[in-house]
Amino acid sequence: MPLDSTLQGKRDFKVVGTRPLRPDGIDKVTGRAKFGADATAPGMLVGRILRSPHAHARIKKIDTSKAEKLPGVKAIVTREDLPDHTDGDALLYDVLYNIMAREKALYEGHAVAAVAAVDTRTAREALKLIKVDYEVLPHVTDVDEAMKPGAPILHSTIFTDGLEPKPKKPSNVVRRYEFGHGDVEAGFKKADIIVERTFKTEATHQGYIEPHACLANVGPDGQGELWVCTQGHFMVRDTCARLLGMDISKLRVTASEIGGGFGGKTTVFIEPVALALSRKANRPVKVVMSREEVFKASGPTASTSIDVKIGVTKDGRITAADATLRYQGGAFAGSPVEFGAMSAFACYDLENARTIGYDVVTNRPKQAAYRAPGAPMAAFAVESVIEELARKVGMEPIDFRMKNAAREGTRSSYGPTYGPIGLLATLEKAKQHPHFKAPLSPNQGRGMACGFWFNFGGQTCVSLNVNSDGTVALSVGTPDIGGSRASMCLMAAEELGIPYDKVRAIVADTSALGYNDVTDGSRTTFATGMATILAARDAIKKLTARAAQIWGISAEAVTWEKGYAKPAGSNAGNFPPMSIAEIAAQAGATGGPIAGHHEYSADGAGVSFATHICDAEVDPETGATKIVRYTVLQDAGKAVHPSYVEGQFQGGAVQGIGWALNEEYIYGKDGRLQNAGFLDYRIPVCSDLPMIDTVILEIPNPGHPYGVRGVGETSIVPPLAAIANAVSAAAGVRLTSLPMSPPRILAALDRKAAAE
Amino acid sequence: MVKVVVWGSLKPHTGGQAELEIEAGNVRELLNRLGETYPGLKPQLARGVSVAIDGVIFRDGLHEPLRKDSEVFLLPRMTGG
Repeated sequence: MPLDSTLQGKRDFKVVGTRPLRPDGIDKVTGRAKFGADATAPGMLVGRILRSPHAHARIKKIDTSKAEKLPGVKAIVTREDLPDHTDGDALLYDVLYNIMAREKALYEGHAVAAVAAVDTRTAREALKLIKVDYEVLPHVTDVDEAMKPGAPILHSTIFTDGLEPKPKKPSNVVRRYEFGHGDVEAGFKKADIIVERTFKTEATHQGYIEPHACLANVGPDGQGELWVCTQGHFMVRDTCARLLGMDISKLRVTASEIGGGFGGKTTVFIEPVALALSRKANRPVKVVMSREEVFKASGPTASTSIDVKIGVTKDGRITAADATLRYQGGAFAGSPVEFGAMSAFACYDLENARTIGYDVVTNRPKQAAYRAPGAPMAAFAVESVIEELARKVGMEPIDFRMKNAAREGTRSSYGPTYGPIGLLATLEKAKQHPHFKAPLSPNQGRGMACGFWFNFGGQTCVSLNVNSDGTVALSVGTPDIGGSRASMCLMAAEELGIPYDKVRAIVADTSALGYNDVTDGSRTTFATGMATILAARDAIKKLTARAAQIWGISAEAVTWEKGYAKPAGSNAGNFPPMSIAEIAAQAGATGGPIAGHHEYSADGAGVSFATHICDAEVDPETGATKIVRYTVLQDAGKAVHPSYVEGQFQGGAVQGIGWALNEEYIYGKDGRLQNAGFLDYRIPVCSDLPMIDTVILEIPNPGHPYGVRGVGETSIVPPLAAIANAVSAAAGVRLTSLPMSPPRILAALDRKAAAE
Repeated sequence: MVKVVVWGSLKPHTGGQAELEIEAGNVRELLNRLGETYPGLKPQLARGVSVAIDGVIFRDGLHEPLRKDSEVFLLPRMTGG
């Protein structure tokens, strides 16, 4: 029986779509689950990192001599211990520079040295004894300021790419991006109404509850192991091996349970440093970031400054849309501005569209991905203008959006023509939803917004072993940050025709499987799920061959149904169905262990759309805002475990509420972060939130056997705009800066009163 | 020949043209010939790109075939959170 790799869009599911208990639930609520900081090893040392107190400073000298003499100090590493093995790879060099400063410290919190000592107290004492001679330099932390002529320059090597002619002077603008089609100037001439506004958003942190943590153990033979909290342990292995000049085969990485990532754990920070310390000390070294370090030295998302101009005819058809987006991504190239520029107008059917993006460096920590990187800020700006335009032409915003919505056959603003997409379906469902027509109380306003994200597949490798009792051990290489083990078990059980609880999925270490890309890009349920399905089909092929062998008939004469091998027809013979357990029990006598595998680069993830509705109540006396009702409508293709899908929808909305109302990196004039802790950096807690209502649409993705689409990121794209539209409606004045904190809302109310 | 469209800010590297005609049977050939024909694109190709073929985005599929009537767009390499 050949491996069936056909992609079916629809089928009757037996297990997929149910809501079984999560396999990691008991461990997590009883404290048995092992997170990054739970790893221990005999003789383990404590690693601590010395960080720059300056936003921008030349490091003239690092004197570690006193610290080295402190009893209990076993190793100290600086830039000298991490030579450049990057072989001209500029992106990797930035990673090296970020994990340990080289000629300059580029932000407050930039690592400049690290210590491994016998205990925490000794390690802290040693850090105090390291003397760093800094030459403090002028700094810049604001994106618009960093772009101005005369701004302090971070890197003398950055000459803006994408400009013609190429600049001869260095600047903080790494690259200019441009996307679009048509002629926006001609389009604006056809417009009856044009709205043009500038928006700003502040940097926010992913706010994962578990700080970065790892335990490194490198032996004198050069072989190493690393236990780490990460979204991608294969990425950690390959990156660390390259940075440390090791063969990849000599480093084995095990991913711990993970207390949240949201994109922020898709790179390395402390891991190469811990390995370097361990290599030097010849002892295991554990490094755990404090919350302050997480804020100052891991990767928040970009802060932005965005101009949007959209023109419409009197009857509500958009004639042109233009946006300029400026994103600072910290001290190194790579802000997600290209995805902001690509996604900004992706929800609309536009004849003339243009987006220009500038990737800018500032003296802040190197940004890391955060769910749908770059898209939420762009959607905030665009959807705010869309709402305003709808009001100006006298249309309900939802009707305005439906009139201009992208659909199958629309040329997207970033280039390609859409195939079947679900945006209109989410808008139609939103219009029918009771929330849409519910009455509002005084000081309340309703807003809505649409959002788009790309999703992708990536390299994936799965191994499915049939145990001797017919249960199944499934090994995947993508850390489970959103319930993927449950989803994988559901898909394996569905394909094999066995109960969910007969499959156990584990996240295998890097020595057990081929390379797996990071758990990001909303890819795991899509790509690892598809690999699981195809691995199960590979196992079924072997199971039916074993049954055929036992029965003495041809393998082609055996089919698989509901967990049993059966003769394909009466001509094949009259044998009773043989269960997976019966076949597995005879595996040793029929050729050995039975396993299915699948390795591939998954593509065809399919783009994703969502529509959100928000009701906000603004207190005009204090400027405080409360979200009183919130509804998420999104296409999941096929919800494998609907509770997890709902959780992804709700989680995106909640993080968006924090981003829109409270969260921000606040810098002082000295370039130092003033609120590096959860008391001063306010993420929403349960008492701040209404129950987030969800509507799952299932429009099958033709690129997946069960029709699955990724759902992990799109849900954070519309909230900033939906909330801004609701707050603006409640306050009676357009809010254009995030977060919409009480002082900002009071200032907007004052401006409104002064104008009246 | 396949028509491939590059994003706007790559035009300085392609003689001001956004639409390019390239002889290529699959994505690998397309990317190789883009780099050979327009050396200014090489740094971006090295940083990584995705290719959209008839509306479907391929990040890794270098073997993906291209037809003469395929709609092909060069896009930045997809990443996510």
